[in-house]
Amino acid sequence: MSKTERQLWMATLARAGRAEIERCLADAPALPTHKRLRGPETGLVMVRGRAGGGGAAFNFGEMTVTRCTVRAGERIGHAYIAGRDAAKAELAARLDAALQDSASADAFMRAVIEPLQALETERRAALAARAAATKVDFFTLATMRS
Amino acid sequence: MSLDLPGFADPVADAHATFRAVLDALAHPGRVQLAGTGLRPPAPLMPATAALLLTLVDVETPLWLAPDFWPAREWIVFHTGASPIDDPARAAFAVAATLSDFEGFSAGTDEAPETSATPIVQIAGFGVGQRLRLSGPGVRGSATLHADGLPPDFPALWAANHALYPRGVDLVLVAGEALVALPRSVRVERA
Amino acid sequence: MAYVAVKGGERAIDNAHAWLAEARRGDPAVADIGTDQIAQQLGRAVDRAMAEGSLYDRDLAALAIKQAQGDLIEAAFLLRAFRTTLPRFAASLPLETGAIRPLRRISAVFKDLPGGQVLGPTTDYTHRLLDFSLTDGTPPPAAPLTAAEPEAMPRVHDILGREGLIEPDAPDGAEPGDLTREPLAFPAGRDLRLQALARGDEGFLLSLGYSSQRGYGNNHPFIGEIRMGEVAVEIEPPELGFAIEIGDLVLTECQMVNQFGGSKTTPAQFTRGYGLAFGQGERRAMAMALVDRSLRAAELGEDATAPGQNAEFVLGHCDNIEATGFVEHLKLPHYVDFQSELETLRRIRAESL
Repeated sequence: MSKTERQLWMATLARAGRAEIERCLADAPALPTHKRLRGPETGLVMVRGRAGGGGAAFNFGEMTVTRCTVRAGERIGHAYIAGRDAAKAELAARLDAALQDSASADAFMRAVIEPLQALETERRAALAARAAATKVDFFTLATMRS
Repeated sequence: MSLDLPGFADPVADAHATFRAVLDALAHPGRVQLAGTGLRPPAPLMPATAALLLTLVDVETPLWLAPDFWPAREWIVFHTGASPIDDPARAAFAVAATLSDFEGFSAGTDEAPETSATPIVQIAGFGVGQRLRLSGPGVRGSATLHADGLPPDFPALWAANHALYPRGVDLVLVAGEALVALPRSVRVERA
Repeated sequence: MAYVAVKGGERAIDNAHAWLAEARRGDPAVADIGTDQIAQQLGRAVDRAMAEGSLYDRDLAALAIKQAQGDLIEAAFLLRAFRTTLPRFAASLPLETGAIRPLRRISAVFKDLPGGQVLGPTTDYTHRLLDFSLTDGTPPPAAPLTAAEPEAMPRVHDILGREGLIEPDAPDGAEPGDLTREPLAFPAGRDLRLQALARGDEGFLLSLGYSSQRGYGNNHPFIGEIRMGEVAVEIEPPELGFAIEIGDLVLTECQMVNQFGGSKTTPAQFTRGYGLAFGQGERRAMAMALVDRSLRAAELGEDATAPGQNAEFVLGHCDNIEATGFVEHLKLPHYVDFQSELETLRRIRAESL
């Protein structure tokens, strides 16, 4: 199932580091003023797995999560992020609100979300390239034997 | 939008204070305790009810809401994480504004009496209305409770619940920021 | 058993704590170790503390390891204690481990398989010789890179499943039990067994798995597949009404292919054992998969005779926090019970003389 634009930016903000978000915000318009409705507060999510990877669900173990909900103008922004960084959760919630406002969405997409997505793509590519370098080439072995 | 109404200003300290209030209320049946001072929950939630929910209910708690409380549902879900259930018999906590009987709620089992429900019932006020004499554990001699908004046959209703001991529900009555608890162990008579 | 409240000793305890703190720090002439250094450079210790603490948070685990002076059971204990202070916001949607972004993927049953064999940062082929170059802090050479084209990596079990050669495994939609909420009762379903094993002591699981290989309830295992990599965690908050990703976890998954069985009604097929571990926990995931399969003996109609097939024995003793609590409680004052035993013994001896 393909994800909505909002699901994608929320995922991007959840994965990014606070320092990177702050760096991107330096080149963005000022975030609208906001009011905290809930949090930021840290709690747990029980992570579930599936027996055999695809079978019945089981409770695997917990992880720390920080959430925040803010109101900025007409918009309510939510954030749930892995870890315990309250300031990052608040920034992510404020950005979620700003990105829902069509007047400011484009500017924040360009200044924050797109650069963060590029960083994540780069990070994944670097890991994938290291993994690919450790791929066993059985085809070569077979050729040598023949 | 009810999400704009905040929960506890200081979640840890306020939850501790509310927990202490309800603990003291259960330990001293009939004694009025305060909770939720300063909270502005959506109607028809009273401040003490809201404080009890914020303190006692979380994402894993089976909570039942009487239909009159559905307007506050969004706020409750947002701040406690609980998803209200349809079947009052499965509820650990229930919120209602009128009390007909306790039949619909779980009274627990002899093996696990602690699994019974705790109904939170909003009434008009304490210090006025029906005069009830309380006795039993936590009451030295007897105590008097004036409660406005309980059904006229409340002593008989309660006697049926009390007779189930160690099973039975524990009841929390709320009026504004005041709350009184009636644990299943207390005897209630018309005063 | 009876304990007696003993008063006194507060000053001695305070002083012991002060000495502990000093001993933890070690020689002040040596630099203090940063929790970031532990998180970065002692990754396998962090993974184990997270797994047995049943809490995924690398920074907290690093702090716990520092505080415990590297005692990983104590570190897991600290994490378990910390988690009790936090509210639970949600349960995640079940992880899609099939969509893992693999850093390692190997199979011991098929040489050639779609997606290939990816070794990852493994110690499998290292000589176990101490590397003295690590003592002088020389930076390692950069790891080689190879341009990677995205390639599908179907599960080995799905490949076997297409021919019906392995028992099917389908979601049942049931709400799984949670042993952190309800104490374990027996017989325990596979959901609860997997939860208990996932947080069980690695050494205990390893020994049990080993015992099953040595003939104590042999289940003839092959590694169908091991995957280690990043997986997204998704939750569905009620205020949103749709699922969101909250971050990634690094996980290790082990799929065992085990001895086959069949009956008049079902044709012969392989059976499964499953292991899943926080972080790079390959030994843990393999041991868990062996023990998971052993514990399935009864449901697969096998004789359960070996220790590793006895769920009450395995699940009752795999948790090292419970185990250490009960073993170490022997240090608490037992003065009165011991006194009564002494008196009994003296009386018996006096009577027999």
